[in-house]
Amino acid sequence: MPMAFIELANPSRFLDWSGRLLPFLWVATGVALGIGLYLSFFVAPPDYQQGETVRIMYIHVPSAWLAMFGYALMASAALGTLVWRHPLADVAARSMAPIGAAFTFLALVTGSLWGKPMWGTYWVWDARLTSVLVLFLMYLGLIALWRAVDDPGRAARLVAVLILVGAVNLPIIKFSVDWWNTLHQPASVLRIGGPTIDASMLWPLLIMAVAMMLFFLALTTMAMRNEILRRRLRTLQLTAAATAG
Amino acid sequence: MDFGDHGGFIIAAYVVSAIVLAGLTGWIVLDGRALRRRLAELEARGIRRRSAKAETPP
Repeated sequence: MPMAFIELANPSRFLDWSGRLLPFLWVATGVALGIGLYLSFFVAPPDYQQGETVRIMYIHVPSAWLAMFGYALMASAALGTLVWRHPLADVAARSMAPIGAAFTFLALVTGSLWGKPMWGTYWVWDARLTSVLVLFLMYLGLIALWRAVDDPGRAARLVAVLILVGAVNLPIIKFSVDWWNTLHQPASVLRIGGPTIDASMLWPLLIMAVAMMLFFLALTTMAMRNEILRRRLRTLQLTAAATAG
Repeated sequence: MDFGDHGGFIIAAYVVSAIVLAGLTGWIVLDGRALRRRLAELEARGIRRRSAKAETPP
């Protein structure tokens, strides 16, 4: 890894630079979210088939992308834990898990609320919906496993292996609509040959995606700072216990 | 703004999203405050990290 990256990933340095970055990240999130919501509700036209219901897309699709993006980042961090044994790698993965789970939950709920008026049902056990539900359960399982193992180092390695095993679900989610006959529509933005959505809907969607991504990064940065503090607190509590003993 | 026949579904999607994201943000903020408070309590009792002790002038 480049030395500059290793320097920035030092926990104390991370606390320092991330503390200065966070206000800018939150302002950027607020501005992007404001513009994205304005475009989604007041500028983007209703769909010729779905009507106004298409507005659920502007919150559903970014949530679904972030559900997968969060897990992909966790898989990268798991490699950092297993290969380089970098302490910040486990901090990053552990911090992202509840945030990724929340975005996956939102993708499921908003998808369900979009599905009822369009498909006539809140839920169907097709490949896309089921594989995203599996992703949500994976997130919950990883959070539970981190909490179940007392030794943080052992927990980090154990969970990192499971994260990498679970990463096989990401291509299944992405290509489920191509590999199987699903009720869910095929990809219309991230596809070979370019997006099939009209620009009047694509731009609001992309701006909402950027806004939600900034939100995700801001929350992850805050959660990582908390996790570093939690580990320092644990060390101090052990020191206090040893001193008292 | 008129969302048509399915307005309830659109509003519910955004309301649920707002509640989940606000709840998540609030939880992370409160967790951070609690951790800083507990760290400050321990440091006030003279329990510090080795690296923090080294940074402290004699």
